[in-house]
Amino acid sequence: MNVVMYEDELNQIQVVVDKLVRDANARVVCIVDKNGQLIAASGETENLDTTSLASLIAGTIAAMGGMAKLLKENEFPTQFHEGVKANIHIQLVGNRVILAVIFDSRATLGLVRLRVKRASDELNTIFEALAKRIPHGSDGAPFAEITDEDIDNLFND
Amino acid sequence: MSFINYGQREINCKIVYYGPGLCGKTTNLQWIYQRTAPEAKGKMISLATEQDRTLFFDFLPLSLGEIRGFKTRFHLYTVPGQVFYDASRKLILKGVDGVVFVADSQIGRVEANMESLENLQGNLAEQGYALEKLPFVMQYNKRDLPEIAPVEELRELLNPTHHPDYEAVASKGIGVFDTLKAVAKSVLTELKRGAGA
Repeated sequence: MNVVMYEDELNQIQVVVDKLVRDANARVVCIVDKNGQLIAASGETENLDTTSLASLIAGTIAAMGGMAKLLKENEFPTQFHEGVKANIHIQLVGNRVILAVIFDSRATLGLVRLRVKRASDELNTIFEALAKRIPHGSDGAPFAEITDEDIDNLFND
Repeated sequence: MSFINYGQREINCKIVYYGPGLCGKTTNLQWIYQRTAPEAKGKMISLATEQDRTLFFDFLPLSLGEIRGFKTRFHLYTVPGQVFYDASRKLILKGVDGVVFVADSQIGRVEANMESLENLQGNLAEQGYALEKLPFVMQYNKRDLPEIAPVEELRELLNPTHHPDYEAVASKGIGVFDTLKAVAKSVLTELKRGAGA
């Protein structure tokens, strides 16, 4: 079952993420799916390897999820890591995606938590609507047009 | 579980390299990273112990080109091979689209290969996957070492259902890209098949 993201929903998510950067005085905000794919990012991302960051964030949540099971917890949906110059707040949203906020001294943890709560509610609404748009959770449309020759051509040197 | 992003016209797939400890999973990824053009790869992340044994995973994002206007990106992961890291292996397998099993061809490691393969099957089953239905490529690595089992014997033990398989010397790059191309092709073909095309 593939995960699908359409342009409309992506634009809506980008609006939420852009707003969160401003409202939380954050450096970077990203949305990552639980398999480590980056869905959206906003803020000071020019010199940031967001692909690697997404994979590591998902790994962290996955590791904490494994630990939670051992401790008979459902999940540890919230993580906060404090650094010297930067901090990161990671929130599991609706058990679907991960919302990560990187912030520095321009923001406080309390402010970030408050804004993350609102953003999480908005994201949940978007993902619920997306799930209804694809009732069976799968859309193979791009693959329907792909031929065997297309696939072979991709690997020709 | 592929991620199709219509907004950015991207198809993202996950490939996991599996196998017993020290079989060459990380070496495969290191070779791919060194030999791939800068514009086609991201940074390689390795979460390893001080002795350079994989602790959690290696990660390498690759772009393989465009297909019908969609950029195809593959995320390659390796699992830690040592037996006691099973909890981590289960996590890395989540959302997998294709698997490469790297077998250590040395005679002394045949049993370890079989245990690792059994472990893979069990971990996949826990997540609702069946190995027979997943794009899967077998790699017989370390073909340059002395005291290795014949490929026919390894095939009979590890690949009785005749998935694509390749001989390799990952430390020299032999067979590495053939393996990668095979599994990537298999993933895309399976996605196409799943779409009913």
